[in-house]
Amino acid sequence: MQLYIRPEYEVIRNEARCIVCRVCERQCANEVHSFDPETGLMRADESKCVNCHRCVSLCPTHALKIVKTDDTYRENANWEAQTINEVYRQANTGGVLLSSMGNPKPYPVFWDKLLINASQVTNPPIDPLREPMETQLYLGKRTIKVERDEKGLIKDTLPPQLKLSVPVMFSAMSYGSISYNAHESLARAAEELGTYYNTGEGGLHSDFYKYGRHTIVQVASGRFGVHKEYLETAAAIEIKMGQGAKPGIGGHLPGGKISEDVSKTRMIPQGVDAISPAPHHDIYSIEDLKQLVDSLKEATEYKKPIIVKIAAVHNAAAIASGIARSGADIIAIDGFRGGTGAAPTRIRDNVGIPIEMALAQIDERLRAEGIRDNVSIVAGGSVRSSADVVKAIALGADACYIGTAALLALGCHLCRSCHTGKCNWGIATQRPDLVKRLNPDLGYKRLVNLVTAWKHEIEEMMGGMGINSLEALRGNRLMLRGIGLTDTELRLLGVRYAGESL
Amino acid sequence: MREGHFRNPSGCAVAAVIDRGGNKLTGESMISAIEVMHDRSNGLGGGFAGYGIYPHFKDVYAFHLFFDTQRAQEETEAFLKRHFEIVYCSEIQTRKLPSVKNEPVIFRYFLAPLPIKLSNSHLDEREYVARCVIKINSVIDGAHVFSSGKNMGIFKGVGYPEDIGRFYRLDEYEGYAWTCHGRYPTNTPGWWGGAHPFGLLDLSVVHNGEISSYDANRRYMEMFGYKCTLQTDTEVIAYIIDYLVRRQRLTLEEVSHVIAASFWSTIERKEEPARSQETLLRRMFPSLLVTGPFSIIVGYSCGIMGLCDRLKLRSMICAEKGDRAYISSEESAIRRIEPSLDRLYSPAGGEAVIYELYDRGGQA
Repeated sequence: MQLYIRPEYEVIRNEARCIVCRVCERQCANEVHSFDPETGLMRADESKCVNCHRCVSLCPTHALKIVKTDDTYRENANWEAQTINEVYRQANTGGVLLSSMGNPKPYPVFWDKLLINASQVTNPPIDPLREPMETQLYLGKRTIKVERDEKGLIKDTLPPQLKLSVPVMFSAMSYGSISYNAHESLARAAEELGTYYNTGEGGLHSDFYKYGRHTIVQVASGRFGVHKEYLETAAAIEIKMGQGAKPGIGGHLPGGKISEDVSKTRMIPQGVDAISPAPHHDIYSIEDLKQLVDSLKEATEYKKPIIVKIAAVHNAAAIASGIARSGADIIAIDGFRGGTGAAPTRIRDNVGIPIEMALAQIDERLRAEGIRDNVSIVAGGSVRSSADVVKAIALGADACYIGTAALLALGCHLCRSCHTGKCNWGIATQRPDLVKRLNPDLGYKRLVNLVTAWKHEIEEMMGGMGINSLEALRGNRLMLRGIGLTDTELRLLGVRYAGESL
Repeated sequence: MREGHFRNPSGCAVAAVIDRGGNKLTGESMISAIEVMHDRSNGLGGGFAGYGIYPHFKDVYAFHLFFDTQRAQEETEAFLKRHFEIVYCSEIQTRKLPSVKNEPVIFRYFLAPLPIKLSNSHLDEREYVARCVIKINSVIDGAHVFSSGKNMGIFKGVGYPEDIGRFYRLDEYEGYAWTCHGRYPTNTPGWWGGAHPFGLLDLSVVHNGEISSYDANRRYMEMFGYKCTLQTDTEVIAYIIDYLVRRQRLTLEEVSHVIAASFWSTIERKEEPARSQETLLRRMFPSLLVTGPFSIIVGYSCGIMGLCDRLKLRSMICAEKGDRAYISSEESAIRRIEPSLDRLYSPAGGEAVIYELYDRGGQA
């Protein structure tokens, strides 16, 4: 017995506007729209609709809209329609529910409960249009002992660092989960912006080796696509221990997305699900992690910083302290609202903690132990705007990773159906006809626009605080005030309540 | 609320003089200089640092302390006896003035570290003394060490600086260098420890401004055992300079490239080796960049240094006359004590002005 599940959204077509040009039909990979030759009208099968807005965006007469259905079960605050439908779906199929992108549940977003300071009278705001404003920074270890040469000059004994002209990097999204054109857009944008993009665990397509100086390559539990040249090409190497969207489990790339090219890049068979193990099977402890850090450093002659990426979980601060002593140069923390190309719904929606809390606690713990200089901290999952970036840095981050925001810039409409491989926007798909919809010449420009706009906004906010260098904002928590937070939340974030004076 | 329980930014006046030949001058000249800038203070804090003022005790540490209570003094003295030989101690002589009120008990101790304690600590002598100072200030309630160097002393309190100078009878002290400060805090501190100069060992700092990098700097410095108990800009700047000079062994000029670093774009245009050295310093100590307006005068055994923030958001002017050099917020203060000058100039933002004794006081 298969229970009918009412689709969540309805496709509404204004027949008076529709000219039956059939663009919607051609654009929808989910095959929602069809032409009815008998009536001469367009029809829609909303059971297939994922609400990606491709048809809405491309309809030349704006005849389409997608609305939430007003069909309802008997209302129940405990058993909401989605909850009931998920039970039906699982009873129908016996399967684990799959989802994509970040946790959509209404958990508190602490970014929105933090307010930024500005200067008045005693300290002048700085005008970024007229005064220099520095957003350049370096990521990596800063543990130093000043040593001098025979002329008395200070010797450069610093470990390798990454130079960023803006505190935003594109976070790990693998070739396979996203398309060739999406990867090309990210790589070119990173190069133009003076920042970095991240290969994720899908290896690096041979066409993109030329962007190596702006590429962070990932070594994940499946070791997909990892070889000597891959490591040597990169600016930095990231060991992926976890991901905010799915802490405690490995990656999952459905076989449908493993094309010939993806299979070659990942060094795995075509068309078969690529499921990376939950742990690295050579890392069952912190001392094992140290060995992998050391091996990667040895393999690349100590020329590249090593990043260790972890999901924000309950004990993140202690874990970070261990990582900071493992020889890693950078810790990337991924909050529980971070995105994914595919994750079990229950994991995505229920496992992990917010990035704001994890970041604040990790920064505090590393300082309390006097080892904050051992590592830089990169925060991600989810950073949605320049204001989130400013708040993250004031809480203690060195820089931020953005994933979802970057995909939105490329046209993503957050329909959260990446795992189906039928992305109408040419991003999370490997179907050639869909991939070509994303033009990397335009895509990379949109990414550059986004980050450039954020950079201007960051400069405005910094100038308002009377700060003209990002370095002076990092960990500067007095520049933040909380609103609508409990005493415990304020304590964990290390900020005072709005209205509390200096 | 008292200083240390809240953050207290302030505007101010600063001034300093040094005789590079090591000839002595009394504190009276500084008092008359700062008096001209009366309107830059608001009567809520003033202070002085004099160098070379204790020639008879120049080899031991001179601690100046404020005590709020008898009990605080007893606890402190017990602590001092456990860690030092007290060579001499007395109440600091003051002149009662109607304009200087509510003064705490003010004592001076000349101290030599106990050799066994020192050697068991495995610390160098200055680190040992610095830790003792930080310990007293953060642990003993009601006691505050506000001066702890050799052959130098800080004198400060709540009031206009000229009144504070006369209260401490600085006309009776002779030193080769003096710095002073008049404070315009935006809160009412009413606590003497909050006035400037702020000092640790022989380092003293007077400061005008409100730094926007405060919490970034503070949280970084606290990793190295410093406790910012006063929550003032001056305190954290003094600790940064102490850390960079004494513990990282940077020169004062290198320190200026850390705390008032040139912009990246400026550094790129510099000649080698300045370009790579300044780049390196910024990469090594990014959390010690100080932003927001400041002008500071640093006093130390060998000399004085003036430094402004890199945008030069606070005034500072320097002057020379013979062996004497002057630094001040305003020219008027310098003209008051030396009307005819050989040279008068305004340093650029981030440009360290360093005047030292010709013989560096016999130090390397």
